Amino acid sequence: MKLDDLINQTSEWLRGTGPQSDIVISSRIRLARNISKLPFSHRALKAQSQQALKICRNAIESSDFMKGSIFMKIDELNSIDKQFLLERHLVSKELIAKSDSKAVVISEKEIISIMINEEDHLRIQVVQSGFNLSQAWQIIDKIDAELGSKIDFAFSHDLGFLTACPTNTGTGMRASVMLHLPALVITKQINRLLQTISKLGLTARGFYGEGTQASGNFFQISNQTTLGHTEFDVIDNIERMVRQIVTHEQNARKILNAQHKIEFQDRIYRALGTLKSAHIITSNETIELLSMVRLGMDMGFVKNIIMSKLNQLFIFTQPAHLQKLEGKALSPTERDVKRAEVIREAIGK
Amino acid sequence: MLCDICGKKQATVHLTEIIDDQMTELHLCEPCAKEKGAQMEKHFDLSDLLAGLADMGSAPGLQVDEKVKCPNCGMNYQDFKAIGQLGCSECYKAFKKNLIPLLKRIHGSIQYFGKMPAVSAARSLKPGAAKSKAASALQQLEDYKARLHKAIQEEEFEQAARLRDKIKELESKK
Ligand SMILES: [Zn+2]
Ligand SMILES: [Zn+2]
Repeated sequence: MKLDDLINQTSEWLRGTGPQSDIVISSRIRLARNISKLPFSHRALKAQSQQALKICRNAIESSDFMKGSIFMKIDELNSIDKQFLLERHLVSKELIAKSDSKAVVISEKEIISIMINEEDHLRIQVVQSGFNLSQAWQIIDKIDAELGSKIDFAFSHDLGFLTACPTNTGTGMRASVMLHLPALVITKQINRLLQTISKLGLTARGFYGEGTQASGNFFQISNQTTLGHTEFDVIDNIERMVRQIVTHEQNARKILNAQHKIEFQDRIYRALGTLKSAHIITSNETIELLSMVRLGMDMGFVKNIIMSKLNQLFIFTQPAHLQKLEGKALSPTERDVKRAEVIREAIGK
Repeated sequence: MLCDICGKKQATVHLTEIIDDQMTELHLCEPCAKEKGAQMEKHFDLSDLLAGLADMGSAPGLQVDEKVKCPNCGMNYQDFKAIGQLGCSECYKAFKKNLIPLLKRIHGSIQYFGKMPAVSAARSLKPGAAKSKAASALQQLEDYKARLHKAIQEEEFEQAARLRDKIKELESKK
């Protein structure tokens, strides 16, 4: 498999299947691991980074779970390809920022991605569609065990896995769930909910909008700490919280539908109308409108669109994906035109 | 300059936002900025934590030797404070005295309860899978017992109580 093959497939987390996939988009777990005694990435000399890369690559490539995977050195990718991987959530910003001796290994269905020489020597990530942290954990636990039998991981009995940043020390685990909560946003309950979540040791943040305002009503809930609890307890805690949030969102949708049906449907059909007929559209407007249409599909108002196709649009309308589809670099205005075209093609009829 | 969101009040807060890989400037009034800020990503701010720890530096046993160097990578505690990242796994030993209170601040605990390297997690999420992992469960149990002993010696009774619970839980699954 090569990088260019990825554009022809739907990422696992966009399949729109799995438990509770009307509200829970995807479940993701990452583990931070380092090689014992070898300086962490930010402090490694060139030769040490190369050594870390070699050790990690050998261990990964000799493992059963990575058969059919793609290995890519970041410095061999052009800027559109790097951005493309970022938009698919297969690499982090940090990984592609400075590319020396950095690499990523991506499994066939984009379920597993392993970054080498990111902040930690290894960042293993597993994603599942829908509300499925347990499944993600079972996969990543095995990968970690296999890699741990080949690499001497930095580990202490008192503190667990030793990571570059002390916020990851211990399990090195970040488990997260991406939620689509439009009704809680419309009914203005979201801020209070997010505040409650942060009081319970979890982090909630908007998913799109690059670290500032969340747009498109997507939120990511994850654990904040990595010491003091088992991985099982952390996952269990997130799962319990997510189940509550899902119930709140379902209730809010029912209330909207019961009390403001006309206004509610109006917003959804207007969103669909704009997407079907726009000839120039920005990325932010696209996400906002796709979010409304998705809600309309969940509520049964919008019927003739396939969920995976709609989900895919969230990613395919982002800058690098548009440029990959077009096969050349596009200016922001050209992208807005291309974006509208891609959307009309997918759901315009 | 008027606020970009409400267009009524004077903009006093200036933010930059990346939209469509373009840097965009936002000029907002206080109330609009507050509303927007509520949804902003909460970044963990290590330098704030470190500063907070320095404030309580007069407590006995917390005398921080900033010049102490990691013998493996040559990093000193001052470097760590500036960068926010440790230099290597051995830094954890070299800076232990300073790191423990920091880790406690960040995580609310300094007890590790997670899995061991090179084995699958001791307790799997599905009860059916637990049998094949009996060996690692045993290893985990031994580890908890050793830490319980240590916690009692160090008069960390809260941690000891939690460890006792974990041990009970593991033993009930045998
Ligand atoms: Zn304003
Ligand atoms: Zn060191």
